[in-house]
Amino acid sequence: MERIPVLKIGDILLVSIQVDLEDQSAIQLQDDLAEQIVATGAHGVIIDITGLEIVDSFIGRMLSSIASISRVLDAQTVVVGMRPAVAITLVELGLSLRGVRTALDVERGMQLLRRDRPARSTDLNGGGPTAALAAGQPVFPRPAAGAAP
Amino acid sequence: MTAPAGPDGRTLAGSGAEAAKVQPIKSDEDVVRVRQLVRTLAVTARLSLVDQTKLVTAASELARNTLVHGGGGEAQAELVGKGSRAGVRAAFVDDGPGIADLELALTDGYTTGRGLGLGLSGARRLVDEFELDSKPGAGTRVTIVKWAR
Repeated sequence: MERIPVLKIGDILLVSIQVDLEDQSAIQLQDDLAEQIVATGAHGVIIDITGLEIVDSFIGRMLSSIASISRVLDAQTVVVGMRPAVAITLVELGLSLRGVRTALDVERGMQLLRRDRPARSTDLNGGGPTAALAAGQPVFPRPAAGAAP
Repeated sequence: MTAPAGPDGRTLAGSGAEAAKVQPIKSDEDVVRVRQLVRTLAVTARLSLVDQTKLVTAASELARNTLVHGGGGEAQAELVGKGSRAGVRAAFVDDGPGIADLELALTDGYTTGRGLGLGLSGARRLVDEFELDSKPGAGTRVTIVKWAR
């Protein structure tokens, strides 16, 4: 079984999957990442799947659970580098990768994580104007649909 | 357990009556080997990149089913032809417990194992032909075909 290396860049963990992924390697990666997030206090995880020729239901489920596990450990996961053919196949297979954030490449994944962090740190009171501003969302609530005369 | 080459006369003419290639499925590594075998045939049959990805993903789901639910078995894969069209046929065979309710097994979300219940139903959506043959106590045989467009 091949073990996928986990790299640390600042407070982000980077995983680049370059091999045809065995189920056991995928489970091992999930465990390694959970441990590394706690050990390093990382707030973000980027999983680069540029090298993956397919994502089947098992690998898809692994990506979803990594995202959930890291969220519980106060880290965001972004999956980057999905090939177009893989995206088409995933959707037809019926996998939605619920809860998994995606970006086109590692650079955009990093930007996404940096953009999110300040908003999250002011989110102590369940959001509020500051958090909304930092996240680039409208501060004032819009009139509900149908409320206009 | 090698399938006779093209009993219905659909084996690619001029391919020297090649027998199906057989890959035993006994471990996680074998599931990866099945993907590689099917990928090689898909390239030979000149399937588009998206169709290659769909076929290999379906093969991965079915090979895992053979391993997890069938207790191991084998994959038989070969090139087939119909008129001027080439395609790949793959069969996944085990002597496991078999499936009692085929309708139920093909329902999205139905699972008895560790997956998402998308294996059989998802694989069926990804290929052009899909045949499920199983009886309780008599093992399972799933045959899929993907044609070049």
